[in-house]
Amino acid sequence: MTAERKIRVLIAKPGLDSHDRGAKIVARALRDAGMEIIYTGLRQTPEQIVETALQEDVNVIGLSILSGAHKVLFPKIMELIKEKGMDDVLVFAGGIIPQEDIRDLKRIGIKEVFGPGTPTGTLVEFVQENAKR
Amino acid sequence: MGQVAQLVQGVLRRNRRSIAKAITVIENNEPEAPKIVAQLFQKTGKAHVIGITGPTGSGKSTLIEKLIRELRKSGKTVGVIAVDPTSPFTGGAFLGDRVRMQEHSTDEGVFIRSMANRNATGGLSRATKDVIRILDASGKDVIIVETVGAGQSEVEIVKVSNTVIVVLAPGLGDDIQAIKAGIMEIGDIFVVNKADRQNANKTWSEVQAMLEMNTEEKSWKPSVLKTKALTGEGIAELLARIEEHREYLKKGAFEVHRKGEAETELVEAIKQKIVESIIADLRHTGEWEKLKQKILTKEADPYSVADEVLKKLVHG
Ligand SMILES: Nc1nc2c(ncn2[C@@H]2O[C@H](COP(=O)(O)OP(=O)(O)OP(=O)(O)O)[C@@H](O)[C@H]2O)c(=O)[nH]1
Ligand SMILES: [Mg+2]
Repeated sequence: MTAERKIRVLIAKPGLDSHDRGAKIVARALRDAGMEIIYTGLRQTPEQIVETALQEDVNVIGLSILSGAHKVLFPKIMELIKEKGMDDVLVFAGGIIPQEDIRDLKRIGIKEVFGPGTPTGTLVEFVQENAKR
Repeated sequence: MGQVAQLVQGVLRRNRRSIAKAITVIENNEPEAPKIVAQLFQKTGKAHVIGITGPTGSGKSTLIEKLIRELRKSGKTVGVIAVDPTSPFTGGAFLGDRVRMQEHSTDEGVFIRSMANRNATGGLSRATKDVIRILDASGKDVIIVETVGAGQSEVEIVKVSNTVIVVLAPGLGDDIQAIKAGIMEIGDIFVVNKADRQNANKTWSEVQAMLEMNTEEKSWKPSVLKTKALTGEGIAELLARIEEHREYLKKGAFEVHRKGEAETELVEAIKQKIVESIIADLRHTGEWEKLKQKILTKEADPYSVADEVLKKLVHG
């Protein structure tokens, strides 16, 4: 019997952003690297994101945000992840996030934060190296 | 408690994380998969499985979202399995169906799972069937399976569903021509979605005409309904028709269907077991690499090599 493990990634858009170009570029790059991408669509609540990650049993959650609401939304998301015992899920974030917030985000368990213009290759490598399978 | 027992208990207790993990085991075809299925098997068979297929973009996911809403209103619990193709080149997949259903993501009575077909030829129905069993054993009243109707998948959807709905839409005219051969035979119910569009009536008549061409005597006559999935118009009628089909199945057709299903599944299972054990043996003895090499160096074609394998099996 051959096990066919794949990295499953949830690309999630918390907050009220009205476009998702960045998220879609990331999604495409990861897909082209052989991963299975589940996309939530826009305007997701932390509850929706974490519940989706749970049902889809993803190895990775990528949070994409432009609106600046990360300070409220990301801690809530990380809290729910812990609450549901999903500590083995790798979480990274991308979008417009001020430098001074990054340390706080890492402290609550977000493994890495990628600014706009990060080469997709860097992202792919990061996920491949850090996702638990 | 072992991993299998834990997952099985979790599924039966409707624990969502256990359900999700059990599905992953099935999807990855891990060694525990058959054990989980075996232990849940007796708790399955209660759910009504609705397969939804049709060309890309006809509105299947949007329609499912509305079906979930209606089913929830009547107190039914719902499982959804949304299957999308794996890229044959990269092995990756973009699973975008649930975007349209996210409103239901936090509803305890709904469980949605996206699956890539992982280029399985014929294998999709096995994995899907077992994932259906997990959701079934977890007490879902209705399980909806979405697949894009192209090539192999439409045959597969029949294998796993009690009721097959083919969703078409105006503006996909060429598609209808192209797919009619395969798809027109499998639908128990046809839906022309996007009825708000101008040429919806034309599509409706085309589908109707195609169905009338089918003169085969059947006790269930497929009908063509119109829906506007965006607004929800026509959904109540669709659900009523689904219910009619369920009643029809209960009156006997279901038993015939299940017997056929059991036979197909048994054949598939035997095939799979035999093939797997032969290949495992060949790998174990190192023969596998040698045989592959023969094909690579063009010493022999795959069929002759397979014959050779078979001869050795038969004659020892
Ligand atoms: N005008 C109109 N558009 C609709 C209707 N139903 C769905 N759509 C739109 O059609 C597009 C495709 O809808 P989906 O539900 O994603 O279609 P699908 O069949 O699931 O697509 P795939 O999964 O990609 O094959 C979306 O932009 C929907 O908003 C409808 O009744 N009328
Ligand atoms: Mg869809």
